[in-house]
Formats: sequence, C-alpha cells, structure tokens
Amino acid sequence: NILLLMFQGCFVFKPSAKKKKTLSLDNVFPDCKVLQDDLNRKILDSLLDFTRKCSSTRQLSDWASQMRASEIPTAALVLGVNVPDHDMTFQSLSELLQQSVTPHVASVQAKECGGKGLEYRVLERLMGTDVTVDDEEEEEAEQTSTPLHKSVHCSLSTLCDWYKTKTKKSNTPGKKRSSPSRDDPQQPPVVIIFKDLEAFNPKVLQDFILICSRYIERLPLMFIFGIATSPSTIQHMLPHSVSSLLCIELFQSLSCTQHLATVIDQLILTHHFPFKLNAKVLQVLMSIFLYHDFSVRNFIKGLQLALLEHFHSQPLSVLCCKKKDALLNVMQLSHSDLERIRNLPSFKRYVEKQEPQEQVNLSKDDTHLKEVCQKLIKGLHKYHKNYYPVLRCLHTLTSSLPRYPLGKQVRELHLICLEKNVWENEDYQTAMKLLRMLAKDELVALLQRCVEILQPVKSKKMKNAFLQLTDLLTKFKQLDKPIISPVRNLQKKTDLFQLQKTLLEMNESRRAKKLSPFEVLRNEANGSLSLEPRSHLSPPESHTLNEVCYYTSSATVRRHLNATPRTSIQAALNSPYYYLQNDRLKTVDGSVSNSAPDICIAYKLHLECGRLINLYDWLEAYATVVSAAEGNNPDSDNYGKVEEVKHARFIRAVSELEFLGFIKSTKQKTDHVARLTWGGC
Amino acid sequence: MTKMLQHSGYEEERLQRVAELLPCREVQAGMLLSLMGQPQQCSYPSIFIYGHRASGKSHVMQVLLKELELPHATVSCVECVSVALLFEQVLLSFFGCDAASLLPRSPSLSDFVRIYRQHCSQTPAKQTRYIVMEKAELLRDTDANLLPALLRLQELVDDNVTIILLSEIVWDKFRPNTGCFEPLLLHFPDYSKGELQQILSQDKHPSYSAEFYSSYINILLGVFYSVCRDLRELRHLAALNFSKFCEPLAEGKVKETDTHKLWRNIEPHLKKAMQTVYLREVSSLQWEQLQQMEERECGALRGLSAHTHVELPYYSKFLLIAAYLASYNPARTDKRFFLKHHGKIRKTNFLKKNEKTSNHLLGPKPFPLDRLLAIFYSVVDSRVAPTASIFSQISSLVTLQLLTKVSHDDQLDAPKYKCAVSMDFICAISRTVNFEIIKYLYDFL
Repeated sequence: NILLLMFQGCFVFKPSAKKKKTLSLDNVFPDCKVLQDDLNRKILDSLLDFTRKCSSTRQLSDWASQMRASEIPTAALVLGVNVPDHDMTFQSLSELLQQSVTPHVASVQAKECGGKGLEYRVLERLMGTDVTVDDEEEEEAEQTSTPLHKSVHCSLSTLCDWYKTKTKKSNTPGKKRSSPSRDDPQQPPVVIIFKDLEAFNPKVLQDFILICSRYIERLPLMFIFGIATSPSTIQHMLPHSVSSLLCIELFQSLSCTQHLATVIDQLILTHHFPFKLNAKVLQVLMSIFLYHDFSVRNFIKGLQLALLEHFHSQPLSVLCCKKKDALLNVMQLSHSDLERIRNLPSFKRYVEKQEPQEQVNLSKDDTHLKEVCQKLIKGLHKYHKNYYPVLRCLHTLTSSLPRYPLGKQVRELHLICLEKNVWENEDYQTAMKLLRMLAKDELVALLQRCVEILQPVKSKKMKNAFLQLTDLLTKFKQLDKPIISPVRNLQKKTDLFQLQKTLLEMNESRRAKKLSPFEVLRNEANGSLSLEPRSHLSPPESHTLNEVCYYTSSATVRRHLNATPRTSIQAALNSPYYYLQNDRLKTVDGSVSNSAPDICIAYKLHLECGRLINLYDWLEAYATVVSAAEGNNPDSDNYGKVEEVKHARFIRAVSELEFLGFIKSTKQKTDHVARLTWGGC
Repeated sequence: MTKMLQHSGYEEERLQRVAELLPCREVQAGMLLSLMGQPQQCSYPSIFIYGHRASGKSHVMQVLLKELELPHATVSCVECVSVALLFEQVLLSFFGCDAASLLPRSPSLSDFVRIYRQHCSQTPAKQTRYIVMEKAELLRDTDANLLPALLRLQELVDDNVTIILLSEIVWDKFRPNTGCFEPLLLHFPDYSKGELQQILSQDKHPSYSAEFYSSYINILLGVFYSVCRDLRELRHLAALNFSKFCEPLAEGKVKETDTHKLWRNIEPHLKKAMQTVYLREVSSLQWEQLQQMEERECGALRGLSAHTHVELPYYSKFLLIAAYLASYNPARTDKRFFLKHHGKIRKTNFLKKNEKTSNHLLGPKPFPLDRLLAIFYSVVDSRVAPTASIFSQISSLVTLQLLTKVSHDDQLDAPKYKCAVSMDFICAISRTVNFEIIKYLYDFL
C-alpha cells in the first residue's frame, strides 16, 4: 500500500515537478550561454578588430603596406587543450564575423580534410553558404556550384572568379550610397578558420598555404588557426618557406581553470540558484575536470545531469525553487509528501531536538508541519544568503597566506566547508594563526576587500558584520598617527650615540606597549572574524530540509560521466544476473550458474587457466558444465560429450572473448590461446 | 646601365622594356630569347630552368611571355593535386573553356593529347605556345609517364609547343630511370651582393631620394647578407626596417647624407631583427607595432617559440610521462624501474654498453598500448580506475600531436604509439606533478 501511495504521490506531483524542472533548466541554459560569450568577449573582440584592421590595411596603398601585401594575415588563437569547449567559441566567432565583418567565413576541421579535401571544403563552405543565404542569386550560385560536383573545377581560381562577381554585385549599390566609407570595406576578407591546427596533415596545410599565397593579390584571404597546445606548433608544422608567407599574430584565450572559476562563481557560489550540489558530487565533477578533460562544457553538462537527476529522483525537489514559490509549494504538499518530509534524516534529527508535545504535533498534524516547513525553508534560504558572502570573505582573508592553508581557489574552501565544520579543520587553525601575524597594511587591505564583498548583501546579519568591519577599519586608520611620531623625533637627532640610545629606547617601548593598540585591535579583528564562519559556514547537512536542495548521489554522476567499460564487461561476465535480471542466474557465492550464457561460462573457465590455454581442455570443461545445465544424467554415456551444437556454441563464445580482448591466438603452440588479462580488475 | 637585349623577332621597344624589368638577368633572358627564337619559328620541345629560391626564374618567364605577348599557360604544380587540374588549366588558357569542359571526369594523358590535337588542328599555332610549370619537382611524385610525356609534348600533339620547367633542384634528380627526352638545361645563378643591391634599390620609398634608399640597402645587406641571400626575404626585411632608419631624419637630427650616424642608429636594430623577424618568431605586423612602441615595452612581446608551456589535465600529464618513459627506455628495463621487488639485476648486465646514452640520440621508439598503461598505473600515485576517459585522453594526446600513432589507423588490436615531445617539455610537465623523471630514465642512470 505504501508503494501505491508513493506511486500516486509521484503521479500527482509529476506535472508540477516537470514544470519546475523546465523552469529551472531554462534558468541554467541561458546562463551558460551568456557566460561563455562573456568569457570569450575579450578575445573575440580582439579577433574582430584584427580582421577589420587587416582588411582595411589591404586597401591602403602606402609604401609599407604594399611591401607587406604578399603575406596572408593570420591569427593564431591559442585556446588550451579543452578541445570540446572550442566548438562553441568558433561558432560564436564565425557568427560574429559574419555579422560585423565579412559574409565569407569558412571553418574547416582536420578530420574532413584528408588529401585534397581541404580546398574542396573551403570552396564548399564559402560558396555553398551563398545558396542558402541569398535567394536572388540562386541561379548564379547554382551555376558556380554545379561544377563543384565535378572536382575538376575545384580550384582557388574558381573561388577568385566567384569572389569577383560577388563583390562586383555588392559594390554597385554601394556606389549609389553617399560615400564608400572605410568601415564598410568594399572587399570583405575571406576568412578561413582552421579549428584544430594540430590535427591537420602538415603537407596538406603547407600546400594549401602555398596555393593561397598565389592568389592573395586577387583574393583577400585571412586565416585563423585554432591551436590547442602552444604556438610553437606552427613552427613545427610549417617550414620557413611557408611560414614566411604568413603574418601571424598571437591571441591567447583565458585558461580553462579561470573559465571554470567563473562558471563556479556564477552557478554554484550563489544563492540565486536554488539547486545545490553536496561535497561529493562537486568533488566528482571537479575531479573529472581537473584530472581528465579540462572541459568547462563537460562540467556544465555534468551540472545539468545532476540537476535532472535531482528533480527526477527526489519528489521533494518541488521545493527547490525561489523562496516565494517554495513557500507556496509547501502549502500544496499532499499527505504523502509530508510523510516523505517526516522521513528525511535531517528532519528526524530536527524532531528529536524538539519538546515531546511538539514532536507529536509534527508527526500528526499536517498543517502544523506545513507551517514549520515554511519556517525551515526560510531558514535554509537565509543560510544560503549568508553562507556565500562569508565564504568569499574567508577566502579573501586566507587566499594570500603563505602556502595557502585553505586553498588558492574559492572552490577548494567551498568544498572544505561543505564537508564539515570548517573551524574544526586543522588548516583553518593555522590560517587563523597566520592571520594573527599579518602586518597592518596587509590586514587593512584584506579587510577593505571584505567590506566590499559584504556591502551589497541585503541581509540583517551581513549588515551587522559590515558595520562591525567598517568600524574596525576606521580604528585601524586612527592608529596611524602614534606610529609616525617617534620617527619624526628621530630625524632631529644627528649624534650617533644619541641615535643608538633612542633606538634602544624605542625597541624597549615597542616590546612593552607602544605597538599594543594595533595588536589589541588586530586580536579584536581576528576574534570577530573567526566568529563569523562559526555562525554561517556550517555544512549543509546540519540544516534541516537540506535534502530538498542538495543533490547527493555522487555514484550516479560518476557512473554517467566517467564510464568504466572494462569494469562493466567484467561485471557482466562475472555475474550476468546484474544486467539480465533473470532469477535463474542468481547465485549466492559469486560463482556462475550453469545456465549462464555461454560466454560467461567460457570466461569463468578461462580464469582458472594459466597464461596459455589448451583449447581442447577448455572445450571439454565447457561441455561438462553445459551438460549439467541441461540436466543430463551424470552417469549416462552422453554426459559431457562434445556434440556439434556444443562445439559451435563453444567456438562462438571463444571468438567473442577474443573480440573483447581477453584472449588471443598464439604462435607458440598451435592448439593454444594466450590469456591477456590478469588479476581481478 | 642595363644591357640591351637584341633579337630580330621582336620590336626594339619591347625588348627595352623587358630589359628594364629584368635587372641582373639580362644574360639569362637573352639566352632564353635566342632559344625561343622568333615567335613563328618552331622551338625546342622542353627547357629546364633551375636555380635557388628567388633567383628570378618565374619572374623572367612571366615578364618575357607577358611583354612579348606570346601565348602561354602558367601552371603551379602545387596547385595541381591531380593531373586533371593541370590538363584543364593548360587547355583553358590555350583554347578557352569549351576545350577544358571536354575533358572526361578523370582524364588520362591520352585524353589530354587527343583533345589538344583536336583543337590544335582547328586553330593551328601561328606562334610557339609555351607551358610554364612552376615547382616542377612535384612532377616527380605524379604518374611515372607524365614527366616524359610532357618533355616531348611537341611530338605527341604535333604542335609548336614548348614546355618550360622551373625547379629549385637539378635535372639529375628528375631523370626517370626508364630514360626520357633530355630538355635543354638553363641555370639561374644566385644574385651576387652587388646585384642584390641593385635590385633592392629599385623599390625605393616615394618620399625619399634613391641614393638615400640605396645607402640604406647597403647597410641592410651588410648585416643580413651573411645569413640570408633570399631576395624576397631581404626585400621584406628592408620594408620592415626602413621606417626605423628614417626616424632620426624625421626628427631632424641628421641629414640624408650622414650615413655614419644613420648606420649607428639602425645597426643594433637590424641585429635584433635578425633574431626575431627573420626567423618568423615575430610577425611583420607585430614587428612594426614593436617599433612604434619604442624600447621601453619590448619585453612584453615574445616570439612564437617562447610559448611552449602547455596546460594539461592531471592524468594526461602522467600518460605523457609514461609514454615518454616507454619511448626512451628499453622494454627489458621496465622491471627494474617499476617493480618494487625487482630482484637482483646485475649492474654490468643491466647496463649494456651500446645501449647506454644512445636512446635519446636515436629518438623515440614505438611501444604498444599495454606497456603505456602498465607504466602509467605504476607511475601515477593514486589508484586510477580504467575509465573510458583515460583511453580518450590517449587519443586526444594523439590529436594534439604530443603522441604519434605508429600503427595503421585501422589496426584496433594493440595499437602502437611514439612519444613526440622533447626532453625539456617532459621535464617541465613532470615538475608540475612532482615527478622526478630523470630517475626513471635509462639514459641518465
């Protein structure tokens, strides 16, 4: 019955859950797109400038630019090894170019350009886009595109002719306009983007550049090289005779770690986005990023996957939305959902702390529970609102300390805080000790930055903290005067003996009490600073109803994003029940039942052999096992005998194992195969 | 003064103009002219012209054929990835596009000859037709019959046509082993220093006097002539550095005639150019910007080879390290390096004399995937699950050209790789992960 209820609950809430899901997904997707574009803004802008400049200098006719006219302007765009992210950059780059600089943009990838494919692709992209864009010129475009099918005509001279007719057409209306301005170049450049320079065949590329340089006078070509590793690859790929035909300018994009930091900053370290990850899931996503691919796009995909999984698997995720909506949704919760809330571990802990009467109320009275839930949700939102500013403050204070006890990046600190009480951490203690030893100007600078962080936050507690900090800062500034005065005295005295004496005096006084106002103040500051984390940086598990917002299943995320094909194959072969879910295959002690698929039996038998496996022995063992499965009488003559069908099944199983890479044929002995795997993994 | 070209077949004026356009190549041009004879005379079937880069081969041909208005087709062999393109271009420039469109889809040499003959009989040649083939050395890689056939094309098509091959290498390297018609050989020697001076002085800046520019070229050649005799490069360098040369003049510090002061000003500058622009470390555009920026910010701009640092994911670094170890260590020493209890291996036996120190000189050796992974798992400090992304990292290292795949792409079973990074690179990588790679390298034991 409970099952039925659960099911009904799911069913009832499904529509609304879906609605919320789509809502918040919508919130994430534009975020990412905008974010990516913003991050690339600078580099894209400079690239656009570069293309504009190149096309305008081409039309200048002064001496210097004429002498340089034979070079093909080239932008070497270093993007880092996170190749999956590049697509998006190139897409927006070519869109921007098409919008503002030139309609003639072709991007090519190495894998489509083997042999003479490169030239063909470039022509196809440049001239083919025309057909779709301009309907008026369809006839003409068709004329030019028909010979394309005949690869005989596929040469750059065709492109030159095409370009000439193209620019002529667009020029005639241009003359009618007031004046041909320089911003609107008469000859828009032809931009060719090589998305992955490293993967190109150097020979193909060299030839292409040589050919292009023959046409540079007639065709304003421009290259953009997408480089994943380092610019010196250009020198590795192109000999001097070819690279002297290019005029290369270097553009360096943001490193992917900076990229990630921004994404985390905008999507995770913010209270605007109600969906949260717990420490383990975040750790999985981070480790995939840092250890495997450096791809921000994959990180965001992982985040989206976690989001989907959360809304899919946790019915209470209806409450994971903006505060106003969440409070409304609480009122609409059904009885079964409230039961689910009562079963939440965090809620149980909360109940245990209440008075007995209250406990009864909470477990019996639905409306009372709803009210409490509203209160708790408010509390959770407040917690988030305070958590992030305090986290950032703590990070600014600790990130410049020697040897980074709490990590260089704010995400590391965030992970520490998510896991457990940060103030119990050993590193935190050392960080606080180091903070106590800071010089005054450093401390003031750090406090100033904290003040800047806290200033825009609209929360009562944060306002208080802000006031407290500004107070401290003014006190620090007042300290300045008494420190200067002894120095002024010192300048008057010129006698060496006197000087020594005063210095000694000063030293003593310093030891005694002279600098103590600063120290007192510093201790005060540290005291108040160390209090803040205690009240605001407690891990989310300690908060009631955290299950609503926090996604916890790191195993699912790991399984989906970081697949282990070999482990899966081994699992399937070892215990076929895991995948087939057939009761007959169920075994107790991990052994394979006789009725398992042939390949499982063959695999199990091969595990018992040494490096070389005698095929005939293997076959006999297999036949025995299969006979047992067929229920033959062990005493009968046929038992364990190899008949044609069994033989065929065995051979198939063996060849399947060979295909999976567990065995291979060997030349050492003709009727043997060699094992390729060892151990349990 | 330019020497006069003399030939009975052409007008004086034209020859005069040609001579002006071809400074320091009068001898060669005259030789060519006498080889070509008068336009209507039958010419020698094939001429082979060779000489270094930028010794004026194409330029001389271009000028002669254009100025004397001879029917010709110029084809660059780089562009002709297939013979079809070559045939098409020749037919196009001799007989127009309807001839070119007659070519079948993948034409053979006999198709070309047939169509040529057909059109040739319709419009017989009044003058010798010339086919100029630039970068002819690439013809050696095409079909074996192409080069011999082109050399005696005159015979084949029965037309007054001459093939002119331009190449940077000598004819001896061309000669097919089946033998062929021997073309006339013509060598274009390198320009001497005086000739370079004369040619470079021709593209003078419009706002300065010719003598001034000529003195500039003199200084430039003094610096660069020892390292570079390529006319094109020199011209490029001259253009780039001229503004700097004129700077004191514009400021009014020196007069045009004060060569010594000008020399003192430009000389260190040219030395720097030799190390950067000439090697294409810095592009010409950046070089110009650099000049405008003055000396103070010069450190900001670094050449291409200065950027060698590559950010890699953590496991990719270890995969690359493992690949490097597998490439440069003999396989039999793996046991010694990566097994904790490797037992006793006698040192004398272990260190074979001829193997010692030679691995890095010999370059990377191929290794199978299994060995790479085995080393990887023993090198990386934590337990790593054999996930799909580990394997995909290997292939992405291959596309980044940090590893190269040795075996054929089709071979799925036990692929072999080579490590394609330098010692410095791998040292930098292993420093970032605190791995002492020197300790694991057989050569440095």
